[in-house]
Amino acid sequence: MKDLKSQASKSTTPGKGGLTPEIQSRIGHQLRAMYDDVVRQGVPDRFAELIKKLDAPGGESQNENGAGGSNDNNGRD
Amino acid sequence: MPLTNSLRDDILAAVPSLRAFAISLSGNADRADDLVQETLLRALANIDSFQPGSNLPAWLFTILRNLFRSDYRKRRREVEDAEGNYAKTLKTQPSQNAHLEFEEFRVALEKLPQDQREALILVGASGFSYEDAASICGCAVGTIKSRVNRARSKLAALLYVDGAEDFGPDETIRAVIGGSGG
Repeated sequence: MKDLKSQASKSTTPGKGGLTPEIQSRIGHQLRAMYDDVVRQGVPDRFAELIKKLDAPGGESQNENGAGGSNDNNGRD
Repeated sequence: MPLTNSLRDDILAAVPSLRAFAISLSGNADRADDLVQETLLRALANIDSFQPGSNLPAWLFTILRNLFRSDYRKRRREVEDAEGNYAKTLKTQPSQNAHLEFEEFRVALEKLPQDQREALILVGASGFSYEDAASICGCAVGTIKSRVNRARSKLAALLYVDGAEDFGPDETIRAVIGGSGG
């Protein structure tokens, strides 16, 4: 009996908050599966267009290509 | 910082995970996309306040989270009837069993308190550090850690407690113990 009992507790080794490592990783796995499913859908057109439109308001394309390090006025005064 | 091409690209690149975050928060795909749209508009309107070199995704997530929070108070009731909406957002339908398990998980996730759910998603799915998650939620790192832990425990209780024995040989062992020990 004692033997069985110790085996039982061994197979569930509760970690933090009484969670077994198995359950922890299962939760993590399902959480990411759910999340990544949406991530894989990429950028819907509506957002790509939204950002494109705002990019050139009134054709005033002031976004120079070489925007490398031209932060002349860093944020606020 | 002005809206440069590269900054615009970075914002675009963050859209998929912003959507995933929004859907996990709201449980409703249509509402999530509205949230993302609002987030983008607000981000672009306030792009000057973004500090170059700082964490752009974290900045965007902060905006989205705050929008959701203010919106949430107004619409708490409507959130509940989001059933089935999430499934619509899925391109690849998992197999029947996997789908059931998936659905069960999503329902359990929605039962978590708001604070715990967002902490768990930011750390466990979006891949933010505890520090970033803390700054997104405007709280201490220790608070995030304990929210994540509580969220996990609660999920485990909701999903697996009854079935915890299904995992290993426990079921048999319990039956044996229960049977012989009385």
